[in-house]
Amino acid sequence: MLNFLARKLLALVPTLLGITLLAFGLIRLIPGDPIEVMMGERRLDPEAHAALVQRLGLDQPLHLQYFDYLAKLARGDLGESMVSREPVAREFATLFPATLELAGVALLLAIVLGLLLGLLAALKRGSLLDQGVMGLATLGHSMPVFWWGLILIMYFSVGLGWTPVSGRVSIIYEVEVHTGFMLIDSWFWGEPGAFASACLHLLLPGLVLGTSSTAVVARMTRSSMLEVLREDYVRTARAKGLSPQRVLVVHALRNALIPVLTVIGMQTGSLLAGAVLTETIFSWPGIGKWLIEAIARRDYPVVQAGILISACTFIAVNLVVDLLYGVVNPRIRSGR
Amino acid sequence: MSAESSLPSPAREFWSGFAANRGALAALVFFGGVALAALLAPWIAPHDPVEQYRTQMLVPPVWDGGSWRFIFGTDELGRDLLSRLLHGGRVSLGIGLASVLLSMIPGVILGLMAAFHQRWLSPVVMRAMDIMLALPGLLLAICVITVLGPGLVNTVIAIAIGALPGYTRLARAAALAEIEREYVVASRVAGAGTLRLMFVAVLPNCLAPLIVNATLSFSAAILETAGLGFLGLGVQAPMAEWGGMLSSARDYIQRAPWVVTLPGLTILATVLSVNLMGDGLRDALDPKLKRVS
Repeated sequence: MLNFLARKLLALVPTLLGITLLAFGLIRLIPGDPIEVMMGERRLDPEAHAALVQRLGLDQPLHLQYFDYLAKLARGDLGESMVSREPVAREFATLFPATLELAGVALLLAIVLGLLLGLLAALKRGSLLDQGVMGLATLGHSMPVFWWGLILIMYFSVGLGWTPVSGRVSIIYEVEVHTGFMLIDSWFWGEPGAFASACLHLLLPGLVLGTSSTAVVARMTRSSMLEVLREDYVRTARAKGLSPQRVLVVHALRNALIPVLTVIGMQTGSLLAGAVLTETIFSWPGIGKWLIEAIARRDYPVVQAGILISACTFIAVNLVVDLLYGVVNPRIRSGR
Repeated sequence: MSAESSLPSPAREFWSGFAANRGALAALVFFGGVALAALLAPWIAPHDPVEQYRTQMLVPPVWDGGSWRFIFGTDELGRDLLSRLLHGGRVSLGIGLASVLLSMIPGVILGLMAAFHQRWLSPVVMRAMDIMLALPGLLLAICVITVLGPGLVNTVIAIAIGALPGYTRLARAAALAEIEREYVVASRVAGAGTLRLMFVAVLPNCLAPLIVNATLSFSAAILETAGLGFLGLGVQAPMAEWGGMLSSARDYIQRAPWVVTLPGLTILATVLSVNLMGDGLRDALDPKLKRVS
């Protein structure tokens, strides 16, 4: 297993380098004078211009700039926001848990609901339930995330007044931040209302972000399950007289889960992308909203860091998925 | 009648497979309507999509107490919603089509080249694709927009770059499966050059998964175009675009719900119809391909 892990990590090195190159190139690839583009309407006098060029290291040869960038990354230095002058890493540390919390809820929804619906549809193949689930899955997969969010806000927040429109917790609770995860912080803060409020605030954004992934997981679970149920070993297990539940869970589901796992790993990518839209709609203070605001303000160090962080998160999740394969299927562990 | 004519032609066989899927057939009809309406927008739109009727702001649609002058109502600047939706369709479908072509052609060529040059080209190309795949589609598009700036053409480029790795991987995998087949070996022995082997012998036999992927990436492109437009990073105002129409709609949720519902429903119905057609294509082109997304 350690060998397997080492091989996987080694294979990531070129990808990670490529991502840093991409993030690094972001400022340098802008056609024309990057400083002028960054400043936009604000005009700089030549001295300030030169100072900024020097501060960003743009006067150095390109390969030195890149090595400098890598060295800073290795120290955890993501640069400094052009607008707030804060270190990007510090801003990121307060925002990332918010995105993680939101994406976590969405992923949980996708896994629990997606697996359950896909399983039911496979077991009742051709029934009204199956058709209904598959119809909903196609609909959910075609849904524009931002519009879905607007519609839910329109009915549940504005129309019925059941859920809050934006933010992470009601402003009447001044929850102290310890972990950055509002569910945890509000739980330990002591007032039961605060936790309930945090849950309500997560409900719609989580649902909106998780819809497409739930649909994809349900479709994949169904087709994978249908395939496995036709296998000889399932028939053998049934013929041996094992209980239907045991055949289903131990023999069929475990094997059916392998492709589902891949899809779940891929879904974290669309969750990260979807988070940009979802956070914008619900004014959720996470890295997606931060990234979009940074682009609007032409705050390139922040954009650079946001892109880098998103890519690394995606890569890390897929590494975990790869390792889980090894656990579920020993054949993969031994390698090709 | 000769014996051959009783065999169904490939086109007929394909059509009967596709038509067996009722949902796909209905989707094709619907999508045909949308595409036609978008194509004819300049002639059938009742108003100029950017004309602002300053005395007619937020007029409700005709079924909600509005007038026949603005069938779908008007937006916050007094622009006719129906005309904007029709013209927006040109933009969305146009970007979708252009980005599919712009990603499919280089993607397939790269994939074929990787399959035919396995020693050094394949690892280089596939690693590059891995890097591109490490950024989810919309984020990669945002990256490209950050460098190039927003706009119609840049939206196409951004979306095409995001869709490219999918085609390359599919084309390479499909070509690798074909390359060892006897007909390819025979063709090689008969003296066919690499280019001929690539495009005449192998490519036609790899088309099924590529066509299915093209429909899926077409619907994804429509969603991404709308997402970028909604974020203000896509097609710029005042040009009508479905996602951009929703970006200001948030402020009018209470006063003018039609400004929110109509563009969104248009996007949803169009994307849904393309996805249903994709399902039908998959069933018709290759029954072995699994019905998953």
